Amino acid sequence: MNTATKATTAETANANTPSQATDELAVQMIDVNKWYGEFHVLRDINLEVMRQERIVICGPSGSGKSTLIRCINRLEEHQRGRIIVDGVELTEDIKKIEEIRRDVGMVFQHFNLFPHLTVLENCTLAPIWVRRMPRREAEEIAMHFLEKVRIPEQAHKYPGQLSGGQQQRVAIARALCMKPRIMLFDEPTSALDPEMIKEVLEVMVELAESGMTMLVVTHEMGFARQVADRVIFMDQGQIVEMNTPEEFFSNPQSERTKLFLSQILH
Amino acid sequence: MSSNTRHIAFHRDEMLPPQPPPPATTGVLGWMRRNLFSDWFNTLLTFIGLYIIWLIVSWLVKFALLDAVFTGEDRNACLPRDGVEVGACWAYVQARFNQFMDGFYPSAQEWRYLLVYAVGIALLVPLLIPKAPGKTINALLLFVAYPVLAYVLLYGAPSLGLPIVETTQWGGLLLTLVIASVGIVISLPLGIVFALGRRSQLPVLRFLSIAFIEFWRGVPLITVLFMSSVMLPLFLPEDVTLDKVVRPLVGVALFAAAYMAEVVRGGLQAIPKGQYEAAQALGLTYWKMMGLIILPQALKLVIPGIVNTFIGLFKDTSLVSIIGLFDLLGIVQASLADPKWSTPTTASTAYLFLALVYFFFCYGMSRYSIFMERYLHTGHKR
Repeated sequence: MNTATKATTAETANANTPSQATDELAVQMIDVNKWYGEFHVLRDINLEVMRQERIVICGPSGSGKSTLIRCINRLEEHQRGRIIVDGVELTEDIKKIEEIRRDVGMVFQHFNLFPHLTVLENCTLAPIWVRRMPRREAEEIAMHFLEKVRIPEQAHKYPGQLSGGQQQRVAIARALCMKPRIMLFDEPTSALDPEMIKEVLEVMVELAESGMTMLVVTHEMGFARQVADRVIFMDQGQIVEMNTPEEFFSNPQSERTKLFLSQILH
Repeated sequence: MSSNTRHIAFHRDEMLPPQPPPPATTGVLGWMRRNLFSDWFNTLLTFIGLYIIWLIVSWLVKFALLDAVFTGEDRNACLPRDGVEVGACWAYVQARFNQFMDGFYPSAQEWRYLLVYAVGIALLVPLLIPKAPGKTINALLLFVAYPVLAYVLLYGAPSLGLPIVETTQWGGLLLTLVIASVGIVISLPLGIVFALGRRSQLPVLRFLSIAFIEFWRGVPLITVLFMSSVMLPLFLPEDVTLDKVVRPLVGVALFAAAYMAEVVRGGLQAIPKGQYEAAQALGLTYWKMMGLIILPQALKLVIPGIVNTFIGLFKDTSLVSIIGLFDLLGIVQASLADPKWSTPTTASTAYLFLALVYFFFCYGMSRYSIFMERYLHTGHKR
């Protein structure tokens, strides 16, 4: 990115638990299996995500990539295996689930902003009600992140008055206001008009450069090349291939990966 | 072919500024031309419609105003003159007005319920105006302090120098308003609780909610009222006596709560799954998610249904007249039997009066609901 964004990155990295050593595990998935009824959607998933690592997950629709990251904050329940997030294992215990959700931000394909609240209220709601932060402080933090995603002037509008790209940037700011240690992105640009994809990707690149731990389900291969530490290709509920972006794109190993890449890179 | 090739390339350097629409399509005249007189058939329908409206309005004006009797001491004022029937006998309504308003409430104590009305309006109006400040205190006063005050004033407290007025003496519009407002205030929160219960993951809670809703929806309100007034005392120990007004009051409130629960459930189902997921992903607990994200949107969606239930409840209060309570309808009907005012138009006048009073309250609720819908509209699309 440009120099202006470089200047802001160090600051965000500091805000993001500088005490954590980079070799620490952020997410650990061990033999994770999940079924939707009879359908075996995740099969023996083993994945370790380091702190500050950026992972891009791609694959055909129905391959289980969204399900995988939704298991990390328990929007989906896994039926076998273990998932450990930030040193806390996900079990039935709702207290632990809520604890993990506080520290894991998520950005959805369809933004899922709260339409009855203004942009600012969307951003301050969780800090006030979950983190019990004073309103004034929450609003300062919200404005800080709204400036980061370059829409502070929209703070008092309702989500319905914004474009798709703006809404998605608000959604990113809303997640960041909780000062998460891990960010999950579930196809963040798939529902956007072509003209708006870039503005969202730029924000995500800046976030990646600030040292955030990120798991991103996306088909934006340019983004994967630019920021990913690892690219994961999934098919039929399994991890088929995993490699650095350079190797993944220039020298894919499995036939399935080659076919997939030949179909999306034209 | 040659004409096509000439126009293949095109480009624009200046964008066209927006222009106003052609005048014939806007304004009152444009609207009328499009909607009322677009062709000969529509024009015909317009004139037939106007004629029907004229028939009704002219009859109503003639009956209620032109031929009406406004003053008089007894039935003689409203008897046919020279064989021609007079219009509405407002003199009778005037003579009975006090009774229609409060039933058999002692005249010397009338100030008590008038004070209850005044305080009620003073607390309700600012709560209904969205921009008025102090909503929390206002709501606390209205829903916690006010019921106590209203009870003390209406029923009485000898220690405060207010003689007891038994509920059997309550009647008329006063009784109707008491039953309706208590029913409204109880049925909405109770309905929300049962709607949430019916969608709960906990089987016992879900079963209890379904059982409650289906039971109360499955029996007619008249049955509920008869059960509460005739059967309930048989099941209770002899020394326990439930007040004659409280019993149907509870029945009406629970009955409306069951309907309310289904209305609210409809709203809950209309909220996209993504809203739940976004709230959960932020770490909100179930109650915070419901209270801050889901219910505000769901209730807004079903304002028409909620107000529909309120209006239904308001009118259903008239059914208590069949178990011996003299609500507005009951007391008006009872007064019709009085030979002092027996004239050919007394009954028509009485029912016209009733219709006007009920319409005033129901239409008021309806207009307010439309206002709230517009006010809460935040321009979002789903």
